[in-house]
Amino acid sequence: MTSINRTREPILKLKDLVIKFNLRGKTLTAIRSASLELYKGESLAIVGESGSGKSVLTKSCMGLLDANGWIDSGEIIYKGYDMSTYKVEKDWLKIRGKEIAMVFQDPMTSLNPLKTIGKQVQETLELHQKYLNKGDAKTATYDLLTSVGIDNPEKRYKQYPHEFSGGMRQRIVIAIAVACRPEILICDEPTTALDVTIQAQIIELLESLQRVYDLTIIYITHDLGVVAHVADRVAVMYAGEIVEVGTADEIFYEPIHPYTNALLSSLPQLGVKGEVLSAIKGTPPNLFKTIKGDAFAPRNPNALKVDFLHEPPMVQVSPTHKAKTWLLDPRAPKVPISENVIRLKNEWGSSE
Amino acid sequence: MSERKKLLEVKNISVVFGSRKKAFTAVDDVSFDIYEGETFGLVGESGSGKTTIGRAIIRINAITSGEIIFEDERISGKIDKKKDKKVVQDIQMIFQDPMSSLNERAKVDYIVSEGLYNLKNYANDAERKKIVDEALLEVGLLPEFSSRFPHEFSGGQRQRIGIARSLVMQPKFIIADEPISALDVSIRAQVLNLMNRLKKDLGLTYLFIAHDLSIVRFITDRVGVIHKGRLVELAETEELYNNPLHPYTRSLLSAIPMPNPNYEKSRKVIFYDPDQHHYDIEAPKWVEIKKGHFILANQPEIDTYKTMLESNIKGE
Repeated sequence: MTSINRTREPILKLKDLVIKFNLRGKTLTAIRSASLELYKGESLAIVGESGSGKSVLTKSCMGLLDANGWIDSGEIIYKGYDMSTYKVEKDWLKIRGKEIAMVFQDPMTSLNPLKTIGKQVQETLELHQKYLNKGDAKTATYDLLTSVGIDNPEKRYKQYPHEFSGGMRQRIVIAIAVACRPEILICDEPTTALDVTIQAQIIELLESLQRVYDLTIIYITHDLGVVAHVADRVAVMYAGEIVEVGTADEIFYEPIHPYTNALLSSLPQLGVKGEVLSAIKGTPPNLFKTIKGDAFAPRNPNALKVDFLHEPPMVQVSPTHKAKTWLLDPRAPKVPISENVIRLKNEWGSSE
Repeated sequence: MSERKKLLEVKNISVVFGSRKKAFTAVDDVSFDIYEGETFGLVGESGSGKTTIGRAIIRINAITSGEIIFEDERISGKIDKKKDKKVVQDIQMIFQDPMSSLNERAKVDYIVSEGLYNLKNYANDAERKKIVDEALLEVGLLPEFSSRFPHEFSGGQRQRIGIARSLVMQPKFIIADEPISALDVSIRAQVLNLMNRLKKDLGLTYLFIAHDLSIVRFITDRVGVIHKGRLVELAETEELYNNPLHPYTRSLLSAIPMPNPNYEKSRKVIFYDPDQHHYDIEAPKWVEIKKGHFILANQPEIDTYKTMLESNIKGE
């Protein structure tokens, strides 16, 4: 899939995006110059720890930034239009739901507890599509509920969110998101609040909807297991920047950026029992301050001198893989790669 | 292996909430032992009763039947004050969400010493301070932090405070209820390393309650799988992962996504249907099918599982 991407125009393109927030009189730079392309039909996963800016980045694509946040510079190009210039709600209403839709993390809080689920699904349909009569809208709602795996929609239509389990509620949230056949679906931690067995079902549902509706999906998650399962391409974010982008195989088996390496080697799933996991020390940088050099350098035990002084360039390693690190500079010394990553690569990486 | 000392014995315990018509059996006839110095994992999905078992051991939930024995003494049901104090001191708990398990209005110093205040087992305030400082250092925090409030700390640090709070009591046994599931991926390793180090240094025994089987594999020595209040399988961790027998265990194992794209391409999820057992014809029993490997099964199932085990061994 990724090889075709090269020849295709991206459907969504972020260019040197900078997003700032005003907080208690101070300015916080949540996104520090991020560039990213999204291609039609692919699944892109954005990973990073909390506070790295993955949610802010995607919210800015739907005009959902909080009132104290703004796009400082850069472009968000969707179908040829630069959405970063949108100033009024009316512009965004044309995008939200119809073009780009979102599935939120917690199905407990993203549904209205006072309305039946049928009403909530139907209102989305009615808002965006003109139906001749109520009956048509109702039939469309039944169809939609069935398509996300809810049996007996006539009965379920009249029920309230509290009568559904977490997994079922997430199916309804997904139904609302795909109600208007969006081009892009943004899933913000869609399975974090769910059990593993339910998680598997929701992911399966998203994958089947992607095939049926030809969706392009952005997954925001910190569960690297889910990423490995769903993603065609992965973007790794750290402190408001995209530090590495590549196909899932490239990110998991050939990671370049020290942060990607550190993240993979700290995973208990890949650890050897009885051995100490290589934990990432320290905390992410304070985004109120200007960051000098590589943002990850203070936490990187193998950081180079130059990491503290100059911002590293984004270097293209393969047609699909690029990373923002000085390690790719010809003058850089060889840095040891962690055991976990080597093991992962040797055991699984070559089986293509 | 038989020489290992049993620290905790859980014998046929049931926990029923509500009564008569509204009765709901959260834990149904569960038995297991935890040996000194091991990490015992309890895995299941939400609502399976795993947390209730943890809470029953620490005497938060009363058990309806059965008994719990800690260091050869019964600690369930009515016990005298002295024993109650011993339980409070020897068994401690680490909670899931470090954001909600710490008192927002109290300083770290108070949070960590709360147990000490309750038991008054220190001579003077200087000694209490010393215990708190030592506990903070033990979990990798600085003694200076004791005058700060919880909101000044990150999630990982808050979980460390939660661990320090349990350590001041010098417990023998710690119940960790999903201690890392609310933490960010990058911090999980720190907390797991800390738990493993404390286990080694202080000779602790853990009951590790979790729903994530991939993390359980890393940290536990033995695992029990629980489904709808019943223990369905129990074995040493590697044995359980290599020879999962019960269909529920197999389904749970098949559902975990691994951080490995090529593995993920071939992973098939097995769905578990509780109706596949014919327990209306013959009720299941808790049997030891192989040394140290227990399973809930009826006779026809035991035969199937035995053949599965044999073919697995041959296959290797």
